[in-house]
Amino acid sequence: MDITINIADGVPIYRQIVNQIRYLAASGLLAPGEELPAIRTLALQLKVTPNTIVKAYGELEAAGLVHKRRGSGTYISDGQSPLADRERQRIIEQRVDALLAEAHQLNFTADDVRRVLDERRAAMADRASPRGPKGGEVADGSHRHRG
Amino acid sequence: MAATVIEVSNLSRSFGRKRALDTVSFRATEGRVYGLVGANGAGKTTLIRHLLGLLRAKSGSVRVFGHDPVRNPVGVLGRVGYVSEERELPEWMRVHELMRYTEAYHVKWDAAYARELLETFALDPSKKIKDLSKGMRAQAALVAAVAHRPELLILDEPSSGLDTVVRRDILDAIVRTVADDGRTVVFSSHLLDEVERMSDHVTMINQGLVALDGPLDDVRLAHRRTQVRFQDALAWPPALDGALSVEGGGRSWQIVHNGSLETFRAAVARIGGEIVQSREATLEEIYLARVGRSSQDVEVG
Repeated sequence: MDITINIADGVPIYRQIVNQIRYLAASGLLAPGEELPAIRTLALQLKVTPNTIVKAYGELEAAGLVHKRRGSGTYISDGQSPLADRERQRIIEQRVDALLAEAHQLNFTADDVRRVLDERRAAMADRASPRGPKGGEVADGSHRHRG
Repeated sequence: MAATVIEVSNLSRSFGRKRALDTVSFRATEGRVYGLVGANGAGKTTLIRHLLGLLRAKSGSVRVFGHDPVRNPVGVLGRVGYVSEERELPEWMRVHELMRYTEAYHVKWDAAYARELLETFALDPSKKIKDLSKGMRAQAALVAAVAHRPELLILDEPSSGLDTVVRRDILDAIVRTVADDGRTVVFSSHLLDEVERMSDHVTMINQGLVALDGPLDDVRLAHRRTQVRFQDALAWPPALDGALSVEGGGRSWQIVHNGSLETFRAAVARIGGEIVQSREATLEEIYLARVGRSSQDVEVG
């Protein structure tokens, strides 16, 4: 499972794990029914105390995103779609909040940001169109969760 | 509730005129990882040597598994694995002799586990200790410390002077000790990102005193790093309740503080500022704010 821990950004490690698993589930990279790595395995991979993984999995379970089965495995829960939609919304809101905070710091208004957003989208579309396949691939990726 | 493994109460210790430990209390419960943080000479090693019964508590008390480690070394040391910063080993022995020698002291020696670790580390059992590189010595010391599956693993500056590969081996040994057997680890380190990754509980020691002690998540939740901007440039750092360190200049200041963000926001507003950004502080930021300049020996970055 592709999870990266960044110590410098001030987000507690268990929350980084929770956020990234939420993201992987919302984007379809972790499918319903898929088993999460064992606590020991993920702790060894990330070089973090096993109790941090226990806490992260516990939080995901409390949120209904994963469930434990008899034995010891932890699995992504079914019926993700409403949650996944909320999750996608939450992720994009987080990004926008960070963008707005930074814009505010640089003395851009919300209208300025909207203008830049449109400009960048137009520029990106220009760049993507001569090289069709690459643009197409990106679009496919973003729709994978609907499968 | 998890069993108490270590109970240190009001431990004080002086060497000559230097106060090495000053009324230190420390408690560890089963199944958790305890990180001791502090500059060289702050008192971490002195505390660890008391846990092992290498120093007698002159003032205050030390209990490990309920025993006094000085009066009952067998009851304590048989259940403890220990790697010192110097990783003292008998130089003349070969690696396999070190294993046999260590095994003789431990009823619960797991020879298969020792072999597996030696193989993982690619340590040649026929090599003499004195011919081992620094990293290999650390690995040999680690195998000797964990192959009897100790209930308590104590590592004093385990990463000191080692390259990334061996440091990862040591972190793996910590994870396995906790994950496989639900056992307890106490390790001291000056690498704050390592402590942040590996610890469930953090104890900051500064000049013999416990500067901060608590579950890592609580410590982190209690401290924020907040960026503040003022209407007009300030000639001096702003005075704010709860501020532990203030950096910056002019209109823009970065402040590490404790207490709630709402209280802090109100305090900032009262002196004509506004909060631009705020997040939980990292352990490194908390350490620098709490212990400050005396922390020069701690690696930052």
